[in-house]
Amino acid sequence: MRRRTLIKATALLPIGARVVSAAPAAEPVTPALIEAATKEGKVTYYTAMDLSVAEPVAKAFEARYPGIKVSVERTGSERLFNRIAQERASKIYKVDVVNSADASHFLPWKRQGWLAPFVSDAMAKDVPAEMVDADGMFCNQRTHLCPIAYNTKLVLPADVPKGYQDLLDPKYLGKMVKAHPGYSGTIMTATQQIVREIGWPYLEKLAKQKVLQGQSATEPPKKLEAGERAIAVDGSDYQFWMAKERGAPIEVVYAVEGTPLITNPMGIFKSAASPNAARLLVSWIMSAEGQQFIVTLSGQYPANRHIKPKPGRPLLADIKTFREDPAAVEKQADEIKVRYTRYFKV
Amino acid sequence: MTPRRFDLSLPVLIGVVILLAAMIALPVGWLFVYAFADKEGQPTLDNFVTLFTDPSFLDPLITTLVMSVSVSAICCLVAAPLGWLAARTDMPLARTLRTLVMASLVTPPFVGAIAWEMLAAPNSGLLNQLWRYLTGASADEALLDIYTFEGLVFVLACYTFPYVFILVANALDRMPGELEDASSMLGASTWQTARRITVPLALPVLLAGALVAFLQALNQFGAPAILAIPAGFHTLTTKIWSLFQFPPKSELASAAALPLLLLTVALLRLQSAVLGRRGYAVLGGKYGAPRLVRLGVLRIPAATIAMMVLALPLFLPYAALLNTALSPVASQLVTPATATLQNIKFTFWGLSSTMPALKNTFVLAVSSATLGGLLAMLIAYIVARRAIPGHRVLAFLATSPLAIPGIVLGVGLFLAYAQTLYGTLWILLIAFITIELPASYQQLGSAFHAVHPELEEAGRMLGATRLRTLWTITAPLLSTAAIATWCFIFVAVIRELSAAAVLFTSETKVVSVLIFDLKESGDVGAIAVLSLAMIALTALAIAAANRLGGGRLQARIAG
Repeated sequence: MRRRTLIKATALLPIGARVVSAAPAAEPVTPALIEAATKEGKVTYYTAMDLSVAEPVAKAFEARYPGIKVSVERTGSERLFNRIAQERASKIYKVDVVNSADASHFLPWKRQGWLAPFVSDAMAKDVPAEMVDADGMFCNQRTHLCPIAYNTKLVLPADVPKGYQDLLDPKYLGKMVKAHPGYSGTIMTATQQIVREIGWPYLEKLAKQKVLQGQSATEPPKKLEAGERAIAVDGSDYQFWMAKERGAPIEVVYAVEGTPLITNPMGIFKSAASPNAARLLVSWIMSAEGQQFIVTLSGQYPANRHIKPKPGRPLLADIKTFREDPAAVEKQADEIKVRYTRYFKV
Repeated sequence: MTPRRFDLSLPVLIGVVILLAAMIALPVGWLFVYAFADKEGQPTLDNFVTLFTDPSFLDPLITTLVMSVSVSAICCLVAAPLGWLAARTDMPLARTLRTLVMASLVTPPFVGAIAWEMLAAPNSGLLNQLWRYLTGASADEALLDIYTFEGLVFVLACYTFPYVFILVANALDRMPGELEDASSMLGASTWQTARRITVPLALPVLLAGALVAFLQALNQFGAPAILAIPAGFHTLTTKIWSLFQFPPKSELASAAALPLLLLTVALLRLQSAVLGRRGYAVLGGKYGAPRLVRLGVLRIPAATIAMMVLALPLFLPYAALLNTALSPVASQLVTPATATLQNIKFTFWGLSSTMPALKNTFVLAVSSATLGGLLAMLIAYIVARRAIPGHRVLAFLATSPLAIPGIVLGVGLFLAYAQTLYGTLWILLIAFITIELPASYQQLGSAFHAVHPELEEAGRMLGATRLRTLWTITAPLLSTAAIATWCFIFVAVIRELSAAAVLFTSETKVVSVLIFDLKESGDVGAIAVLSLAMIALTALAIAAANRLGGGRLQARIAG
């Protein structure tokens, strides 16, 4: 692939910016970057975020920077991971910007030297340091949770489960839907946390509850809204809330044991065919404007500290969440897939 | 037979053989290589040991066999009486019935499976809701559950029985009337004749139909992927597909593909053995038109039952798709008050993959139909006219893809071309042409047999080369068959999923794969819109080719 000249960052760091030795200097959005990005005309964005949010985000960016078309490639994070590896093995370099719900994916990508360092203005100034990779290879775009949820028309108030152990009650037999860690990064991350905090025996017993097996974490909210199952064992919280806010009979349960927490890092591939458009897209998504757009639409927890959470949603600090551990997920991913398949048969 | 004068025969033969080898022999060869190798490429049988000892491989194998036998049995039980009604009785709407069966054949099984989810998911399924509404059953009870082994068998049977129906109905159309007449004259009642003459005569065809249905079910990927995974089991094809996720366990996927390949080959041999005996069904000289059995008072009930059967693959699923396309929540019946264009707007204006996928599908369907049709025509000509020594090799190569299930071909093509064509539309083009080659070759082959060689000989005597003769004399005479073949490939490409699901990349996505991707995230509204758009595209293409295609070929003759 032909190497393209990247727009050089302006030399001056804004006052107060975090200075990390290995990370490149923060780059503001300059007219030169916009011009170079517009010349590229398009950017390919691989993401695991539900289409109902990912496509409007892309459209908002297109409206903000006319002349740059965003191709959204949405599928479950584990599939994105597979697809990217398979494409690279065949020397196909389609992905410019990637955004995975499985933070562990960025560890091998970074190790293999596939990512290009980039720190936008907002990433340097407005995002907590622990959310940005020390070498500037990736940065958390937003955080979401993977709670339990139920359909209020199908579950009596007295029968509402309080936590994961409750779900093993025979009264929920055949009434639950669940997504799969082999396809979904949200579920892979969540499964690692649940196995650590609650243990495999819980999942082994859950598998005997005749759970309807979906694939992506974006699917259980839709099955729940359709009334196909009474309880979603897991799924992306923002979709449960979005459905509830548009009048669907859905309530979210934050389990007494704790709720899995999922960060969604985003990075730029070194092989990007549209490196400038990729930088512009990342800059915009991490900017107050982009973050506000995601929060207003979906109510996910922003990475940008200047953005207020969506009114009406519980605060992240008020929810008992599990600790996310990408390094452990990377080590255990294969075992989780194998063991999960053994219990749930698919 | 060998042409004296040098024309393009030899280069053409060599060219076609190389092309077919690249399309078929190379992928299958790699499959064998991978199946018998470990990760380092050393020869081993470990893959097969794993395959036949690990329950996560053995279970899908058994499930698939039971599933295919069940589908085959149901198809015969349904298609044989229906075919008989359409071909041999005075049932009203017999022609409509045939058209509708063709329409269910054109419907991709994975679309049917998704539509049946909308109808018969245990809680949100429209039919279950209706049943609860009518009987007052509690919210927990369900009449139907599509997420079961039985549900999958049912859906597969819905979209497989047309194959059996067409075989049976065509055979009954051609069956001589004399034998039945003789039976009646000897005093047998209508029903006795049907039982003692018609049924035994049709039996070999029914057996062939059973095998076709078995093969179809065996090699289906889309419907099992949509219904079996939620239900918590794998079939052989979905297992192969799951092994193909990255890092692709190519060795295991190849090893798992081989039983499917070998079973298919064995069944095809069995089928040709069975069909080879069909001769006794058409004894005698000139045949009279088959006698139509008078159904009498049963005419209307028969037609009603036939239409009710067609409701299962057609009316109900399409109604469900339309409902979902227009409704804000798939599980609710749309009313004028709730109807929304939101899904349509989202699919065509909100979803960035829609337009590229539609474009890719259209480009691939047109080019596969055109190039594949030309290739099939060339091979059919060479074989039918024994134009070149070695034509038998071509006939064998052209029919061999029948024995390669789509997903197996997909895996093989990936192994063969991962470093070259993968990521381009070319690899999909090769896959689609290869998959449709046997049927298009057979279709055109029989058409060539109907054109007398003396017309071509005249052309040759007047000094034209073989290719020129083929182009200016034979091709125009075959225009109807050619257009039919073109349409056939076009339709088949649009509904193909199994090879495409293995071979696509983000920029070479086709509509079937897009639907499959959307299924993963449960976006049924967009799925319904895309499915209906796909069917509309199919219908349009058939109509246009029927009209324009004829005109263009006419013009060519005049020119």
